[in-house]
Parts: sequence; C-alpha cells; structure tokens
Amino acid sequence: MEINKILDRIKFSLFSPEMVRKMSATKIVVPDTYDDDGYPIDGGLVDTKLGVVDPGLRCKTCGGRVKECSGHFGHIDLVRPVVHVEFAKHIYLVLKSTCPNCHKLTSRKAIKEVVEKEPVEETAASEIPSLMEVVAPAITEAAPAVKTEKAALPQVPEPESDFEDKGKKKKGKKEKAKICAHCGQPLPEIKLLKPTGFYKDKAMLLPSDIRDWMSSLSDDDLKEMGFDPLYSRPEWMIITALPVPPVSVRPSITLETGERSEDDLTHKLVDIIRINQKLEANINAGAPQLIIEDLWELLQYHVTTYFDNETANIPPARHRSGRPLKTLAQRLKGKEGRFRYNLSGKRVNFSARTVISPDPRLSLAEVGVPQAIAEELTVPLAVTEWNLEHCKACILAEKYPKAVYVLRPDGKRLKVGDTPELRKEISENLKVGWILERQIINGDISLFNRQPSLHRISMMAHIVHVLPGKTFRLNPVVVSPYNADFDGDEMNLHMMQTEEAQAEARYLMAVEKQLLSPRHGHAIIKPQEDHVSGLYFLTRDNADFSKEEASNMFFLIGITELPEPDRKDRYSGKLLFSQLLPKSLNAKVKSKLGEEIVIRSGKLIKGAVESKAMEGEVLEQIFVLEGPEYTRDFLNRVTMLALESISLHGLSVSIKDYTLSPKAEEKVNGITGMMDREIDNLVMQYRSKSLERSPGLTLKETLEGLIVQITSKTREDVGKLVEEDLTIENPSIIMAKIGARGSLLNAIQMSALVAQQTVRSKRLARGYRKRILPYFKPGVLTGRERGFVYSSFRKGLTPYEFMPMPWAAVRPWSTLPSGPPGPDTCSAGS
Amino acid sequence: MYKKLKSAIAPYEAVGVVAAQSIGEPGTQMTMRTFHYAGVAEHVPTGLPRLIEIVDAKKEPKKPIIDIYLKKDFRSEAEAAKVARELSSVFVSDVAEVEDDLQNLTVDITYSEKDGKALGVSFAALRKVLEESSAKLRISENVITLYPKKVKPKEGEKEKEVTARSVRKLANRIKDGIVKGVRGIHRAVVVKGDGEYFVRAAGFNILGAMEHPAVDSKRIYTNNIKEIERVFGIDAARNSVLKEIKDVMDMQKLYVDTRHIMLISDAMTNSGKVRSIGRHGLSGQKVGVLGRAAFEETVKHLINAAAFSDEERLVGVTENIIVGQTVPVGTGKIRLAMSHKK
Repeated sequence: MEINKILDRIKFSLFSPEMVRKMSATKIVVPDTYDDDGYPIDGGLVDTKLGVVDPGLRCKTCGGRVKECSGHFGHIDLVRPVVHVEFAKHIYLVLKSTCPNCHKLTSRKAIKEVVEKEPVEETAASEIPSLMEVVAPAITEAAPAVKTEKAALPQVPEPESDFEDKGKKKKGKKEKAKICAHCGQPLPEIKLLKPTGFYKDKAMLLPSDIRDWMSSLSDDDLKEMGFDPLYSRPEWMIITALPVPPVSVRPSITLETGERSEDDLTHKLVDIIRINQKLEANINAGAPQLIIEDLWELLQYHVTTYFDNETANIPPARHRSGRPLKTLAQRLKGKEGRFRYNLSGKRVNFSARTVISPDPRLSLAEVGVPQAIAEELTVPLAVTEWNLEHCKACILAEKYPKAVYVLRPDGKRLKVGDTPELRKEISENLKVGWILERQIINGDISLFNRQPSLHRISMMAHIVHVLPGKTFRLNPVVVSPYNADFDGDEMNLHMMQTEEAQAEARYLMAVEKQLLSPRHGHAIIKPQEDHVSGLYFLTRDNADFSKEEASNMFFLIGITELPEPDRKDRYSGKLLFSQLLPKSLNAKVKSKLGEEIVIRSGKLIKGAVESKAMEGEVLEQIFVLEGPEYTRDFLNRVTMLALESISLHGLSVSIKDYTLSPKAEEKVNGITGMMDREIDNLVMQYRSKSLERSPGLTLKETLEGLIVQITSKTREDVGKLVEEDLTIENPSIIMAKIGARGSLLNAIQMSALVAQQTVRSKRLARGYRKRILPYFKPGVLTGRERGFVYSSFRKGLTPYEFMPMPWAAVRPWSTLPSGPPGPDTCSAGS
Repeated sequence: MYKKLKSAIAPYEAVGVVAAQSIGEPGTQMTMRTFHYAGVAEHVPTGLPRLIEIVDAKKEPKKPIIDIYLKKDFRSEAEAAKVARELSSVFVSDVAEVEDDLQNLTVDITYSEKDGKALGVSFAALRKVLEESSAKLRISENVITLYPKKVKPKEGEKEKEVTARSVRKLANRIKDGIVKGVRGIHRAVVVKGDGEYFVRAAGFNILGAMEHPAVDSKRIYTNNIKEIERVFGIDAARNSVLKEIKDVMDMQKLYVDTRHIMLISDAMTNSGKVRSIGRHGLSGQKVGVLGRAAFEETVKHLINAAAFSDEERLVGVTENIIVGQTVPVGTGKIRLAMSHKK
C-alpha cells in the first residue's frame, strides 16, 4: 500500500455564511425527500446534487456513482438567523466584555482562557452572573477615573491584578454603575438564559441584533479576545446559512417492506426547512410580530436540537415512536460515538479468533493454526519473474494452499473461482507485477494476541503452523506473557499484509526476542511447573537412564549420535541435560534446596536444577551469551526433555501423601495446645490490664498484635514439623521446594492445620455482637472464637471453622478506605 | 563495549509506554494492603492508593510520615526517645482546659497536672507560652485567666472593642497553641533501623524538626513529596518520587526495574516543579484537539477549537490513529533507504 498524502496539521475554524453558500452544491428548499415514484426531489433533502446512496443513480454534481462520489454539502438559507447552541457561551462572553454602544472591548481577559479553564462541569444557569467577575473585572474599577477624563480614553484599562478581595469588590460593584471605559455609556447587564436566550437588561436580544453587535467589533479586539478574525469571527456563531450534510452522511434505509426510513438527521432537517418556510410565508404576509417571534423561536429550537438533542433545559426532539433523535452531538459523543468507537478504535481484516489449547510439541515461536482458518486467511504475494511459475501453480491449485484473489496493477481484483477454466485463464494472463492473495502456509509470520493487552508482550509474532483441529495451539511455555490458560481462553491472530510489517514483526516482535521482559530484565518465558519438576528429576544425582530411555531422549532433543554412557552402561540425567548447554556457559550457584549447582563449560557437574537456577543462571545467561535464536531452541529442547523425564519418573499425589504420622499428629496437637495456653495467658493479662501497651497502639491492638504473632509462629512450627514428617520425597514438598508449584503452606493446610484466618491481616472480629458467630459466647478472645482453624483440609473443617474461610478469602480490592466500624463490630468483652 | 551498544535503547522507542506498562501490568495485581508503621499514624496507605497519590502529585499524603535521623551522639535508644518527646507537639488543650468566659470577656485556662506530667509540660512552661500572647495574665493556683487587651488600631481603622466574638476566637487560638515540640509533628516514636535509633512521627514539618539540635538535618526524610520540593528543591523531590514509588512496588513484591521509575520521576519533575501525571499535569497540555476530543467531552473540545481556530499538529499517537496514519513512534518514525548497487 502506498501512502501518497500525509496529513501534517488540521485547522479548525468557523464557517462564514458566505463560505457555506460557496461550498454548497445546491440550496435545499423542499422539506421532503422522495416523490411518489421513489425518485429524489430536486431541491429536496436527498437531491442527487448532494451525492447518491442508491446504486444505479449518478451524482449530479460530479457524475460519480455510489462508491466514487463521497457526497457534497448543500445549504439552507434561514430567513431569520439563529444562535448556534454550542457557541452560546462564547457569544455570551463576547457580549459581556464589549460595549453595545461603541462596540469596543471593556475587558482584557481573553475569552479563550475563560472558556478553556472553566471546570468540567456545566455552569448552571444560576451561576452565570458569577462568571461576570472573571471576565470583566476591569470595568468597575476603571469607571470613576473615566468619568473625569470624559469619554474617549484610548486604552483599555488594565485589568485588576488579582481577585484578592472578592467580597470587597462584590460590594463595590453593587454600588457603582458599570460604565464603558471608552464612551462613558452605562454597560447593560447581559444574561444568558440557557440554552440560547440572551437578555440585555431584561430586554430580549434577537439573534440578528447579536450578530450586528458582534460584526461591528474591530479585528484587534477580536484578537484580544482570542479569536482569529480570519478564521473564527464571533458573528459566524449566529447561523444564517445552515450547511446540509451530504446524503452519504445520513443514508436512508429501505426496510423489507419496501418502505423507506430516513436518518434522524434528515428528519431534523425536514423540520428545519418546514418551519423556515412557514416563517418566510408569515413574514411576507405581514403577520403580527408575536407570531413571527414564536416561529422564530421554533426555528431556533429545531436548529438547536439538530446540533445537540441533549441540550439542557429543552425537551429532546423525538421520533414518531417516542425515541429521542440522534443528532450531530450524539453521533460524536461517548463510548459509542464516532470518536471513541470508530476513530480511536479501528477494525481490522485478516484476523481470526478461536479457543486456545496446549501443544508442547510445537516450537514456542510457533502457533498452531486450524486448517479452516488457514484456508480463510490470506497474505499478498507479489508476482516476480522468479516466482512466476509458483504463482501460476497457486492459481491452478484445487485445494488448500491456493491463491484466492489476484490483484492487477490497474487496481482490479479478480476472484480465483472454482471453475478450472477461469483458473486457467487467470494463470495464463498472470504477469510480473501482479499480486496474488494466497492462503497462509507453514512458515508465514503472524501476530498472536490475548486480551487484555496489558503490556507489549501481550502481542507477539508467531510462525504459522497449520494443524488439524479447531483451536489455536501454543506451546505451554509461552502462556506467561499472555497470561493465558487453557480453560476456554480465546486468542486473536492477525496476518500482516505488507512485507514491511512482516519484516518488522519477524525482527522485533518474534517470541524469541521477548524472552527477557522489558519490565525487569529477567526471563518472562521460562520453564514452569512440570518443566521444573521434570528437570529436577532429570538432574538429580541418582537419576540415570538405560540406553533405551536415553536414546529416546537424545532423539527428542535432536541428537542422533549416541554419546558414550558415563555410568557404566547407563546415562546420568546430568549428561543428558548437559547436551543442551552451550560450551560457553559457566555457573556456580546455590540452589533453592541449599546445595551447590556447578556448570562448567556447558557441563552440569554438580547439583540438581530447580526453577531459580534454571531461570537466572542458565536461561538468562544463555540469552546473553548466545542470543535469542539459540535460547529459543534451547527452551524448546529443554522443555521437551523435561516433559519426557517427568513422564518416565511419574509425579502424583494421594491422600496418603498428606497424612501425618501419629507421632507428628500428636506433636501438632501439642503445639496448638501450647498456643492456646499462651493466648489464654495474654487475654488474662489484657483483662487485668497488666499487659504492657506498645507505643502508639491501644491495649486491644497490642493484644491482637501479640496473638497474631503467636498464631503465625504456631503455623511456622507446624510447618517445620510437616516438612520433617512428610520428608523431602513427598511430591508436594518437592514441588514447593524447587519452585515448581504450590508452597509449603499448601502442604501444611492440607495435612496438619489450616491456621489463623485473617481479614486485612487482623483476626476476625466482625459478625455478631462481641463474637463472630452465634455458636460462641460473647466476648471470648481465644483462638477458636476468632477464626483459628485447628483442622486440616484432609480432616475436614467444623462449621465454625468453615465460616471464617470465605470471609478471609474475600479481598475488597477496591481502593475504598475501610469506613468507620459498623454497629455490628464486636469489641472486646469486659 | 559491544554489549553496551546492544543494550542501548533504539531511537524512537516508546520508553514512556514501556515504563507505564511495566508499572501498570503488575499494578492490576496490586491489592489495597496497608502497612503498619510501628506506632505512627495507624495505617499508611501503600499499594494502589499510595501509588495514585504519588502520581497525582498530591499536596499532602493522606498519612504524612517524617523520619528524623539523629546526630551521632543521639543515636541511642534513650537519647532518641528524649528527642522524640521533645519533638512531639503538645497543644495547650492537651495539658489544660481552655474555656472562654463570655460574661467577663476572659479566657480561663486550667492546667491539668496529670496530663502535664505525662507530657512533660510544667505549669511554668505553660505560663511562659501564654505570656507571649498579647493579653494580661492573672494567675491563681493552676488557673490562668487571660484578659484580652484592646488591639492597637491600625492607621485609618476604628479602635476595636473586645467583643464576645474576639474572646472566643482567642480561646480557640490558644487551644491550638503549642506549648512544646514542633508544630506539625505528632506522635513521635523511636524506631530502630539499620543499626541505629531514629525518630519517626506523623507530619512533615522538615524545617521545624531541623531546628532541634540533635537532628541530623542531612538525613531527614518525609513521604510528603511537595514538602521535600519546597524545602530541598526539585532534585530532592525527583529522588523522593523515585523512592516512594519504589517503596510501594517493593512492598507489593513487584519487581520493576528502577529505570522505569526513574523515567517517570524525571518526567514528573523535569519542568522544575512536581507535576502530576494525567490530563491536568504532564500529558495534559501536549495532547491535541482530536486527542482530547476522543478522551472526553468530545463536543466541547471541538467547539472550542473551532471558536478559536486552533490547529491540530498531529504529533501524538492518538491523533494519528484517528486520522489513520502511522504513529510517530518506533519504526513509524524511521525511513528506509536501499542501496541500489548493480
């Protein structure tokens, strides 16, 4: 795609009536759309001079058909001018700060600043007089001086430096009459009655008067106020000629019944023309002023609702059905408005979405694409002298990898149909410089994305790998940057349509380039869960494999020549693992298990690999030493090896694995009994007030703090016990220790006891009066009564132990501050 | 050298976006955990609320904290406790009952021995403070009675009578009067950290605390960034933004590279003032008409642009997306030339 025009800037401005007429294709005079035969009426709202929406008709202005002509503006000449609602505030400020007599500026404050600095909230009608103080602070102060010097003071008086003493000035204002600094005439009080009524000292100002007033302001004064006399003159805020948007902006739709239904804007324009005509007729007939003003008012209403049908203080114009019309402002505004829905959010073609599922045999840089999607998506392929034959074959192909469209240099798009004759014809005509759109094949580059796209690695470039089935397949090792799982998550795939975009994706967005996160510089794509367990079992000292097992694993990681066995006729896991390490790698770290891991020249000499060592010392080192592509291949192979190892070894848990020995059980009871005694002791001290208060805390808080300390110590003690009793060979403990999955806490809670439940790191305290559940006596502060769970998940929880669990699990993640304690808060018993 | 070059950021890389994502992505996991600073001001907000506070450049944090480190000779626990007691502000109303007697137009201050002893304020000390006020004192056992004087009128003003209202005003002023310690420093406690004892208190009156002879004025710190800016200047404020954000992230155990946070604190302070992030602060002014219209109050922005014939320069990402052009970041700013050798 070629870009031949680049927008550099956009100038916003007001249209003058002359401008509106000049760019108008026709004057609209008939308040109707189609005649009885269904043809557009000349001078009507769908006049063909405004462009066409019906296929077959031609635009009378440019001669184009539906797609060729984007439409032309028309206009309506209003017999009496009306105020543009959206500019009412601007007009008001202009009137406020100029003199109706000599048409000179009486304030120096730029209106632009006033309007833009105004708070987000709409100014209520009653508040408007206060704006006055902001706009025209100079008037009152300057007035007395002028009196003596008589009328024509050449300069505008300096504005008041600050509003230091507002109250004082307010008083002064009431006493002194406001007088123009230039001509000495009293300044009227201007009022804006929202939305469009203007009053000068209680007398109504007609839009025509306002326009005359504002047109006689000098260019210098306009500049002073912040306007640009060339582009935005305030008198243009009064509408005399109303532009009528082209038909394509307000297309009518034909219902199944053959009935036409016009767009809301067209309806509104019909109203405007109708009233405009009526007004004209009445004026020509010399109707009484009262009637004319009523009609004028009505015209103002229709023009107002044409711009914004949600204007405050006026009833919205409604459709026959009672639905409020969607007029110009409504089209732009809000989440579903033009700006946020269409302009900021673009839609794309060449994309696909489906459920994801795991496939550990794919490379992590690949994505498995279902056949059906591969047949639907296309990428452009330029025909060159070197691939001409290939392209012809693509066109002639009957099934899957085939060309779907052919683009000729003249812009014509040919569909490669199903008939062999057509295909043959196209392939024979195919020339260098044409472009094919062929179905995607293995090796194409695609963008893969999962929402919410919280960071840039939520969208990465994957290599297409077409597979049977209906889901996108991805290597489970890349789920972390997408934060994906396979419980029904869906992801999106995009095919880039230019060589440039494809190249950028390959070089910048490829998965292997994102292995280290920009957030912290550490690996984000790394072996996880089963991979970690597998590698641990593989590299443990006692792990060795028979020739047969080893051969299988060597083959998996792409080694076809069998190395010499290192343990008589068996292969150690360390040897297998070392095959994957680059010769440049050296490391010496302490593992999570406390032993030393030594890697020398790409050989694992000592220690078993766990998550931390794998990630920090191996993966990141390799990335730095050998680069992204090597690391990608390393990850692919190491995860494959890990999975094979864990399959051979086997990893499972059963109830038995969480059953403590009777002796340990006894000890746990001992520990909790001790805890109970300690708590009792503390509570006693608290009751007798002999507990020493910690600085800055109440006695109650001190007690609670100490008890929480005791309960967490209990959990730690039990933890040590569990760790000893279940031994290091317990799968659950292994997984927790090597950082594969779960934590020691999980094992404790399942086998020994669940321990203290807390809300906002405090023991439970709410519920009933002085107790958390009606089972308890009020005011008791021991463990059981405040959410300590003595049972383990294996044994099962009592009802009063169960209830605190969901309370503690609920975490109000909102930023709401915890309000004052409610009446149900139970405080300490006496 | 090669590695250094490789690690450099590419031209036009959208570093701000990366920094924002780096903080924002883990931010979704942030909880409203509040942290307990031993003793002082119950709960100091951390996590998301605190982060918002920092980034919005609030004038005063919800719970201001000041850490007052001490000079070498005062770093023992006992000495620190002494300093803490001396720094903690004690109001007149803490040690005495202040009552206005509207009938006699006097203010009666009744000293409470119990409270006074607990807070280390003697009757004499209270009296000394009250003597500084512009009123006559009459002292009878534990009670000080103030007789407000007629204020000497300023030039051109009428002489003011002592009214019931002025007496009440005076009484209120006296209640808030400080008998001891530094205004704005409350509930000082001794905290041990890094092998030394220091004082931690609620409040942020840096200058006030510095006046104390035992205070090491080089190491005084508060979580009130604006105060740091006011007292120590913009560079100090920049560092404190950095530290405060880092503390929040560390507390949540979210590891974010410091350089992202540095970028943010630089952006917040590079104008010479601490500005907030958001539409009122540093990103507010730069955005063009279209960008603002897309964000909120669509119609108002467009109308104002038309009225004052503004120009949209299309410099931002949003604006260019709206008009459908390549965005001016990253490779969108780079043009390629191919050497055409035959």
